[in-house]
Amino acid sequence: MSDHNSQAVARYRNNFLKEVEERVEEGEWVKMCMQCGVCAGSCPFGAHWQHSPQKLFMMIRAGKREEVLTSDSMWMCTSCYNCVVRCPRQLPITHIMHGLASYAHRLGIAPKGQPTREFAKIFWDNLAKKGRVNELKLTLSLYFKDGLVSGIKTAMGMQSIGLGMVKAKRLNPMEIFGGHGLKDLKGFHAILAKAREIEDKRKGLT
Amino acid sequence: MAEMKTAAYICAGCGLGDKLDIAQMEKIAQKEGKMQLVRRHDFLCSTEGVELIRKDIATEGVSHVVIAACSRRAKTEAFDFPTVAMSRANLREGVIWVVAEGEAHDEVRQEMANDYLRMGCAELKKMKLPEGNPNKAGNKRILVVGGGMAGMTAALESAETGYEVVLVEKAGQLGGWAARLWRRVPFKQPYDKPQETGAAQLAAKVSGHPKIRVHLNSTLAETSGAPGRFKVQIAQESGAVSEEEVGAIIQASGFSSYDPARLPELGGGLANVIDQAGLEDLASSANGAPIKRSDGREVKSVVFVQCAGQRDDTGTHLSYCSGHCCATSIKQAMYFKDANPDVDTVIMYTDLRVPGMGEDFYRSAQEKGVIFTKGKVAKVESATDGLKVNFRDLILDEDVAIETDLVVLATGQVPNSGVNIDLPDEDEGKAKQVSILNLNYRQGKDLPQLVHGLADSHFICFPYETRRTGIYAAGPVRRPMDMLQATEDAAGAALKAIQAVENADAGRAAHPRVGDLSYPIVRLEGCTQCKRCTVECPFGAIDEDERRFPVFNESRCRRCGTCMGACPVRVISFENYSVDTVGNQIKAVDIPDEFSERPRILILACENDAYPALDMAGLAHHVYSAFVRAIPVRCLGSVNAIWITDALNSGYDGVMMMGCKHGDNYQCHFVKGSELANYRMSKIDDTLKQLGLEVERVASYEVAITDNARVAALINDYVAKIVEIGMSPMKGFG
Repeated sequence: MSDHNSQAVARYRNNFLKEVEERVEEGEWVKMCMQCGVCAGSCPFGAHWQHSPQKLFMMIRAGKREEVLTSDSMWMCTSCYNCVVRCPRQLPITHIMHGLASYAHRLGIAPKGQPTREFAKIFWDNLAKKGRVNELKLTLSLYFKDGLVSGIKTAMGMQSIGLGMVKAKRLNPMEIFGGHGLKDLKGFHAILAKAREIEDKRKGLT
Repeated sequence: MAEMKTAAYICAGCGLGDKLDIAQMEKIAQKEGKMQLVRRHDFLCSTEGVELIRKDIATEGVSHVVIAACSRRAKTEAFDFPTVAMSRANLREGVIWVVAEGEAHDEVRQEMANDYLRMGCAELKKMKLPEGNPNKAGNKRILVVGGGMAGMTAALESAETGYEVVLVEKAGQLGGWAARLWRRVPFKQPYDKPQETGAAQLAAKVSGHPKIRVHLNSTLAETSGAPGRFKVQIAQESGAVSEEEVGAIIQASGFSSYDPARLPELGGGLANVIDQAGLEDLASSANGAPIKRSDGREVKSVVFVQCAGQRDDTGTHLSYCSGHCCATSIKQAMYFKDANPDVDTVIMYTDLRVPGMGEDFYRSAQEKGVIFTKGKVAKVESATDGLKVNFRDLILDEDVAIETDLVVLATGQVPNSGVNIDLPDEDEGKAKQVSILNLNYRQGKDLPQLVHGLADSHFICFPYETRRTGIYAAGPVRRPMDMLQATEDAAGAALKAIQAVENADAGRAAHPRVGDLSYPIVRLEGCTQCKRCTVECPFGAIDEDERRFPVFNESRCRRCGTCMGACPVRVISFENYSVDTVGNQIKAVDIPDEFSERPRILILACENDAYPALDMAGLAHHVYSAFVRAIPVRCLGSVNAIWITDALNSGYDGVMMMGCKHGDNYQCHFVKGSELANYRMSKIDDTLKQLGLEVERVASYEVAITDNARVAALINDYVAKIVEIGMSPMKGFG
């Protein structure tokens, strides 16, 4: 994975803006930011971000590749779209944040252990396996992501809710054994592989 | 005018008849006002009422008319009798609309109305019908100084309107800065790319116009005269001098670029550090191909430094924003991007200011990949093959540096306004400046300046006007601006110049008393040659003869009366506005005795803002005290100190002076009038003490035209204060 990173560095040299424009979803919008700071002021999580969208855009223009891609700021985005609604230049800021996060992840340099990133990974793996989200397994893998002890502790804490859901037939305990999936699983995996191939080709990630 | 016959017309309409005892007022007009004819009408401004007055003028030989009805600012079309002298007693806006309702106030309301009627009659008797400037002159040719974008446009606009134009340009060709530009900032839809300047076409049009005579390589050696009769000596570079006579002058002398050599910290003086004008030269020689530096190397990266030597708060450089430079840098960055999109173009700004349609242009530059960095440049230094720009990134809050091939400094506009006449003669700065107009006025060679060397005119309320009548400023000499604004300015100034020649021809005043036929008359036998009038006239209208007597140039006069207010021996007057017309009104007021508990307060209100504000207070029915008596004055500058002493001597309990805001952000329609009044009144305390009176008995206020509610509050507060201090001890001695 880190190959992709060194390739990208070699390819774009100092022009990080160009790299973002070509490889990050909606990245071509970054140059249109006029640095008014409305996004930073509108973000409900703003105080918890190390770099506001405004700063991230400025850093991209200033060629701070490493700092941007290893930042955990864009992982903090909750997709509330407040910034998108308010941006006077109509930048799709939310999408750019996700684009940056996904690109950093693809290069393998996104921050390790970042909770949003971990959850997204678990969710995707769960979904990609059978084409259906296995909620029981998703929940359990989330509980146990930090080890057995904390997993048991969390599971015990959530016990009554889990039982309630079983009683109400919202949760099938049998899902623990494989669980349900798509009919044409092979075809589904082929689609995902092809989609990735197309995206990689478009972004030059070969 | 043969014999004086006075008549008073009292209107009973608009509720006047219900609230006031008109019969009593008729008697007052007759007995106290000594009016030869007194008539009442129930609807004076109706066709029938106006016809009544007309008939009296035609058949009875009425020469002087008092209209006791509404404010002098209302119904001016109906009460338009150009052949008689007229005064107006303001009973509607000034009395019934502002005095509190109810029977309890009937007496004071009636007293107020009676006084206004007495004042109208008293004023009238000292008035004459203005006959117009006797020294009028009708040359209607217009001189344009400067052949840049503004000058050429002004010349063409005037010529197309039918006026002959003389254009004087210092350089060997027309075009000014515009001719030096490769392209200009877009001024037409869709505002997304640099456009042709059109300077050459405009220059060709101007040179070929049958009504425009162009003098190239020429300057003004001397300008004398007044609107309608200016004489200018045009000196050619060769030394030849020719004389032209013109009616008005448009000064479009433009700007000089701030010298980048004065900015060593920004690399001024280093190789490959140029100003915006320098980049235009490089772009012109590249002619659309990739731009090369002066050493022949193709530019691959360029940094534009905005606000170079501008918006400086240390007092070293220009303190203002020149307004055009952000858009100009955007345009110049596009020169690079349009020739080669791979060139790195960085515009380093602290605030990007793109007025007008500039926002579209800015967006277009971002689309083309111009990088905008919010940062403050600390130092530009030489580096291998180029330059290093050290700056503070204001978004990321850190000190960084970038290397670049070329640095363009966005330096500001310095107005070419000639000599700062307000500097003392021995001042070094004054000695260095070269005069543009070379006026032979005793007040100085060039247009008076306000701030930063810009010609003084009110930026918002009366642009193009200057403090020299018949001379108008257009373009960056007036305030920093871009080419589009300069051309708009030029059209405005051309219209002003046309008005000036037409008014001068008819012997009328120019702005702001447009059409006024009165003019200052001086009784020289009483003059003590104190020179106050010549010094204080805001418009430089008064010269001195060899015996040091004032010489009034009526055509240069704006009729503000500042000279009249200044004159210690009171020898200056206008036919319909004089020390006597106002003085008589002050004396006409009936002053109740000390024990009546009814104080009398005189308001001297500037007719431009304060008096309309009082009228509008009436219109809005803001109630104020019935103890005040308001007299409109042309400008607080025209207030002669004798009025104040007369008022206090005759038993008034207080005097309120209401004028326009003064200072750098002045609103005075005569620029300096309210300031002078304020200065004069700062010395009135001594006079009050001599009279044994409290200093609070004379108060000055700045009143804007929008202050209708405030003005009522000011009056009520002041009356309360006077009641607190007690009645004037001077009553009964006047």
